[in-house]
Amino acid sequence: MKKESLVIVGNGMAPGRMLEHLLDNNLSYDITIFNAEPRVNYNRLMLSPVLSGEKTYEDIITHDDDWYKKNDINLHKAEPIASISTENKTVTSKNGKVVSYDKLVIATGSSPIIIPLPGHQLDGVMTYRDLDDVDRMLTVAAASRASKEPLKAVVIGGGLLGLEAAAGLAEQGMQVTVLHLMDTLMEKQLDPSASWLLSEAFKHRDVAVLTNADTEKIVDRGDGAVSGVILKDGRKIPADIVVMAVGIRPSTTLAKDSGIEVERGIVVDDQMQTNILDVYALGECVQHRDTCYGLVAPLFEMAKTLADNLCGTESSYTGSVTATRLKVNGIDLYSAGDFNDGADRQEIVLRDASAGVYKRLVLKDNKLIGAVLYGEASDGPWFFDLLKKDADISEFRETLIFGQAYQGGAQLNPSEAVAALTDDSEICGCNGICKGTIVSAIESGHTTLDAVRAQTKASSSCGTCTGLVEQILTWKLGDEYEAAAITPVCGCTHYGHDEVRHLIRAKSLRTIPQVMQELEWKTSCGCAKCRPALNYYLVCEYPADYKDDYQSRFINERVHANIQKDGTYSIVPRMWGGQTSSKQLRAIADVVDKFRIPTVKVTGGQRIDMLGIQKEDLVPIWRDLGEAGFVSGHAYAKGLRTVKTCVGTDWCRFGTQDSTGLGVRIEKFMWGSWTPAKVKMAVSGCPRNCSEATCKDVGVICVDSGFEVHYAGAAGLDIKGTQVLGHANTEDEALEIIVAVVQMYREQGHYLERMYKWSSRVGHEEIKQQIMENKDKRKRYFDRFVASQKIAQVDPWTERVAGKDRHEFMPLTVVSPAKVTHLEVVR
Amino acid sequence: MTEQRIKWLELGAFDDIPKLGSRRIELDKMKIGLFRTASDKIFAIEDKCPHLGGPLSEGIVHDNCVTCPLHNWVISLESGEAQGADKGCVRSFPIKIANHRIFLGVSKLHEESA
Ligand code: SRM
Ligand SMILES: Cc1cc2nc3c(=O)[nH]c(=O)nc-3n(C[C@H](O)[C@H](O)[C@H](O)COP(=O)(O)OP(=O)(O)OC[C@H]3O[C@@H](n4cnc5c(N)ncnc54)[C@H](O)[C@@H]3O)c2cc1C
Ligand code: SF4
Ligand code: FES
Repeated sequence: MKKESLVIVGNGMAPGRMLEHLLDNNLSYDITIFNAEPRVNYNRLMLSPVLSGEKTYEDIITHDDDWYKKNDINLHKAEPIASISTENKTVTSKNGKVVSYDKLVIATGSSPIIIPLPGHQLDGVMTYRDLDDVDRMLTVAAASRASKEPLKAVVIGGGLLGLEAAAGLAEQGMQVTVLHLMDTLMEKQLDPSASWLLSEAFKHRDVAVLTNADTEKIVDRGDGAVSGVILKDGRKIPADIVVMAVGIRPSTTLAKDSGIEVERGIVVDDQMQTNILDVYALGECVQHRDTCYGLVAPLFEMAKTLADNLCGTESSYTGSVTATRLKVNGIDLYSAGDFNDGADRQEIVLRDASAGVYKRLVLKDNKLIGAVLYGEASDGPWFFDLLKKDADISEFRETLIFGQAYQGGAQLNPSEAVAALTDDSEICGCNGICKGTIVSAIESGHTTLDAVRAQTKASSSCGTCTGLVEQILTWKLGDEYEAAAITPVCGCTHYGHDEVRHLIRAKSLRTIPQVMQELEWKTSCGCAKCRPALNYYLVCEYPADYKDDYQSRFINERVHANIQKDGTYSIVPRMWGGQTSSKQLRAIADVVDKFRIPTVKVTGGQRIDMLGIQKEDLVPIWRDLGEAGFVSGHAYAKGLRTVKTCVGTDWCRFGTQDSTGLGVRIEKFMWGSWTPAKVKMAVSGCPRNCSEATCKDVGVICVDSGFEVHYAGAAGLDIKGTQVLGHANTEDEALEIIVAVVQMYREQGHYLERMYKWSSRVGHEEIKQQIMENKDKRKRYFDRFVASQKIAQVDPWTERVAGKDRHEFMPLTVVSPAKVTHLEVVR
Repeated sequence: MTEQRIKWLELGAFDDIPKLGSRRIELDKMKIGLFRTASDKIFAIEDKCPHLGGPLSEGIVHDNCVTCPLHNWVISLESGEAQGADKGCVRSFPIKIANHRIFLGVSKLHEESA
């Protein structure tokens, strides 16, 4: 009997595996393969080692010419199929060869996505998919080594492929920059902590990683070759080659043109059959149960199923969970399954900051459902196995995270982060005391906090480093030392606010994920308590470079208005020092009418509040107000709110100084600044104190001889009269004192701690000493404030009128009742 | 509800929702919040806090939860249940992602010819 004919289109890894299964089963088909690539089958995964020079093409061949000959398989190389006739059951190649089939397998894989940026056709723009691409890169790398200066490569895309390409090119001596559109690398496979570790590792091998980098165009050198790229934000990066590794798209054109059902990929059922009888599809070109895969493990499972079915053994493929491992020398990274956390899930996080290890397991119903491992990933396959088997782990849950080989109970040490600090890291900023000094004090017998304090002066001033000094004591003395309890920032950490602030400084931590990793946060992405606090500490520490973490801000600070109980908003424009004018009042009256604002009220802060505004109206209202010269009054900010004034010498018969003018001057100098909690100020023209300056965070009482500066008052939850900080002879001096004390508070205050609470914690005498007696110190506080104001005084309303964060102000979609007559949402 | 009766209503692109952020959709008279977690899961729940009706889509997203902006109840995005000592539940809805687009599962959808 004549053998049935099996035709395979595409000779990639998936059909390669299927053929092995078919041959194992001794099934006799007349097999013909057409492949677009001019070569035999090779292990595509190993292209990266070929690129980095660890392997050659010969090393990665899986089936050579002899193998096809021996097994009587007819392989047509460099012969792409151009069309399929499912009616006549034939395929036609580009060169006109026609072959008929009984069974057809389409395994065309996928092709790299090329973003159609201006310049994408230039010479030197490449993708990373097959051996030809690697050869192209290696040619440039050779030229790079031959030239005086290394050539430059830009890799667009910080996913698996992009990073492997970048590492390979760097290994070949090129100067590499990775551009990634998102905030963090490999965001699909990794949580932010692991992403951060990964980008650090790349920086250490001199690969520059730019995140939030949206490429606008690729630049022509003038002769049709690439010379660099330009990002949407204007940054220019020179490049001799540009590798696009932004993702893959299933290659489906052939199937689609032949009338086979295609959505994102070629649609197949659990037997890998398409909608047409005897036509199967396999590999990355396939869409199975709504999923397209981009890794080999699922494709190998599909290959087994299809081979079985072609042999007449009924078999089903039901989908796969996937695991990823980055194949870059020296970087150990593994991720598998679902690593979301949630109500019905628990997570186990292990962070070893000094060893750069981060492991996170997600459990549900005593079963492992996800794992991310960084730094030490040898247990990846073991975890993956538990995950796939749905194994019950309750028996060994306590020790699960330590991995398969875990023997005995290695205890995690909470003062590990302190232990890892070098001897010259500064612990006490006020007195300039380093860790080494404290350690030697302890070693020479000073074993209590007071003794260390007396001996070294550490923590004897503002006291915010007390917790750290205690951690060092605990680390040196172990159980012998009983530390006073530290109140942690929240349930996600055992560190208190002071420790976190100090460690951010001592270890120069620069992002939230970095802080969470280095300080061994117990949760993966924090909570609504710690995230805003960390965000504040980082803004305060690095005012010029830190990129504010928008999603760690409370809604009011994101939309620059105050949310009300019914979900509408209120807005309060600035009225400098509480002064207004007919023009301003008219503009307010106009927007109130135009936008039908239900309530207008004079606030306790000497300005006007408009309440009950729909979110969608905020931006148009700000546009109108902005035209009248208004800016945001920051009525929502952890920052400078109001500076109330009285009429002072301008009008009042008792006025001693220009209290209104000074109030306006302070407000114009300090608006836009962020502080741990809100800051309210007032200036009164005489001790009658009509602007209530003596219950404000900072208040000024004008007197004949100058200005009395008060601080640390409140009239909210607690009522506290201010304390006198000192006397100033001139307005300039008063301003310097005010700014300096606010800056000191900014640098030391715990997030959400009002100024009066900070001052009672740190001590009035200490503050007075630093601000009034130590003039150099005061000047330095003042200068630091001024430096950070350079970037702070941008009106957020104007920015939003110009289009910033537009998504925040409108719903994603409104499905109108006109279009949908009756509709019920599924539970 | 059986799988077959679900219709999928396209809402927008996956990237329209910022990581650890949310967007609101309005469906007839109902408001629904769509949330994206750190690990890029999308959830849909009614945009109405079980406490006093606060707009959950304005809250801070962490883990698979959102903290209500009005009085800080923490609501699970998966189950819609209030966490901790607070008691209450909002409706949650099925979501499907395909082609980088987000779809909401609805039933009995009769679209009038356009
Ligand atoms: C509008 C206003 C009341 C008014 O109609 O006059 C007001 C309204 C609110 N105050 Fe106030 N406070 C207002 C002046 C005050 C004052 C008086 C002052 O500033 O001279 C105080 C006492 C002084 C003080 O702060 O020490 C005051 C002490 C508070 C407190 C208690 C703070 C504390 O630490 O003790 C809160 C609660 C908080 O911040 O946590 C608060 C919180 C609030 C919030 C923001 C509640 C909230 O979180 O949603 C209110 C919503 C404002 C809005 O527009 O939606 N408000 N609030 C005043 C706006 C002033 C402005 O122009 O910006
Ligand atoms: C650099 C790199 C590293 C990778 N690393 C990993 C990894 O670490 N782990 C992992 O799991 N996966 C990895 N992958 C993905 C993995 O290689 C793919 O999932 C797998 O190779 C897909 O197999 P396939 O058979 O479906 O398609 P392919 O291997 O792409 O084969 C498809 C073949 O079909 C040919 N073809 C297309 N159209 C036609 C036509 N009309 N006629 C004839 N022939 C045609 C193509 O030329 C191609 O040779 C990596 C991929 C790359 C590029
Ligand atoms: S405080 Fe009040 S006060 Fe002093 S001068 Fe004034 S009016 Fe006059
Ligand atoms: S309305 Fe949500 S917590 Fe009160």
